[in-house]
Amino acid sequence: MAKTLGLTGNEAVAYAIMQINPDVMAAYPITPQTALVQKFADFLADGDVDTEMILVESEHSAMSATVGASAAGARAMTATAANGLALMWEIVYIAASNRLPIVMPVINRALSAPINILCDHSDTMGCRDTGWIQIYSENAQEAYENTIQAVRIAEHPDVLLPAMVTQDGFIISHGMEDVTILEKEQVQKFVGEYKPHYPLLDPEHPVSYGPIDFHDFYFEHKKPQVDAMENAKQVILDVGREFSKLSGREYGFFDAYRMEDAEIVAIMMSSTAGTTRPVVDELRRQGIKAGLLKLRVFRPFPAEEIVAALQGKKAVAILDRAISFGAQGGALFSEVCSALYNAGQRIPVINFLYGLGGRPAEIENIQEVYQKLQRIVQTGKVDNLINYLNLRE
Amino acid sequence: MSQIRELGYKDLPLGGKILDAGNSENYETGGWRTYVPVHDAEKCTNCLLCWIFCPDGAIFVKDGKWAGFDLKHCKGCGICAEQCPPKVKAITMVKEEK
Repeated sequence: MAKTLGLTGNEAVAYAIMQINPDVMAAYPITPQTALVQKFADFLADGDVDTEMILVESEHSAMSATVGASAAGARAMTATAANGLALMWEIVYIAASNRLPIVMPVINRALSAPINILCDHSDTMGCRDTGWIQIYSENAQEAYENTIQAVRIAEHPDVLLPAMVTQDGFIISHGMEDVTILEKEQVQKFVGEYKPHYPLLDPEHPVSYGPIDFHDFYFEHKKPQVDAMENAKQVILDVGREFSKLSGREYGFFDAYRMEDAEIVAIMMSSTAGTTRPVVDELRRQGIKAGLLKLRVFRPFPAEEIVAALQGKKAVAILDRAISFGAQGGALFSEVCSALYNAGQRIPVINFLYGLGGRPAEIENIQEVYQKLQRIVQTGKVDNLINYLNLRE
Repeated sequence: MSQIRELGYKDLPLGGKILDAGNSENYETGGWRTYVPVHDAEKCTNCLLCWIFCPDGAIFVKDGKWAGFDLKHCKGCGICAEQCPPKVKAITMVKEEK
């Protein structure tokens, strides 16, 4: 039976990887991911897994070794954060383009410079167009369960794309909470045996990976990646439904909290949703119809579903924990605006950039978001489209 | 143009993988050529240095003798002409008009 343990986010994901028991794990330490791989190394030393662990000299090598192992036919994983993910960059694209279903936990952390080891989403939002599925976790429990589900999503024959599963650096990765852990047998049964797609180590069927491709084929090799992302939507829902039978928790594209009759809505990802829930509850007690839409899946982006959830809302705030320099607000804001525009929905929207480099997003900051939304509903005007939450002038 | 060039995105193996070993024969690289090798049979001693050095295997040999260029795959690199011994000079590179 399932048991509840006191675990940090890092430890919870290490548990997930131990229970998945991948064939290969290649990793290089970087704060705040280090404790994850360290805990996994404990499991390895204790004989809890029979994984081949490859200790490499950089993240570029970690992702390269993972790509090589996956192409060879192994269920292969790695984990990283921030600058480590940035160093992987070249191979991150190659993993997706070779259609290798690698699962990679990423512990969200700010990118240098200045050097900062605390949370924001600049690292994974920066590689939102690499062809990886991106699943964001609110807490350690979700990080644990998303990691297990990601294996099934990535390896599905209709998908065959790598997936990153994120959690907020330090806030979740180093914060201890109650996490309910499934039995290893349950996880093993859920992920099932890995059946690789044309592995290199199959001498009966020799194949080549990564040959050269010019104007005559490259484009034709990109479109199937687009289609696989589209296919991933149904697979994410199906896997979530199947997993909820094990965990009792529901997993879709997003968590719609008190949304049904909501008039003002905030959209965000990851741990800040945990801070927002009591704010919504307090507003509800005051008779204000507030709601929260916590996005779980950023890639593939569930545009139609978000539009449907926002139908009839009076004002919407979109919170981005990463800056897209020179863009029209944050990436999540742009995506939501684009989805609404294309659906012919003209709902007043406002963007908040927040939490950069670990800047706290406290209850009072979230209250400010809903106050601005209330003002928009009262006046019918958006004075300032892009706002900076908890920034000193 | 061979048939492989006409394949649409739905027909290709996932991730640009090559599933049938040796299918480079179906991929025509002759179109890259600017200069085409021209062979003088009277000068040729059939030493086959051109055949040894051709990086694309684009020289046909029959019964131990030079038997032609595979112009579907010859990229016109000129290595064959370069390797042909100076006293023989049986291969010259000529600008190809297309």
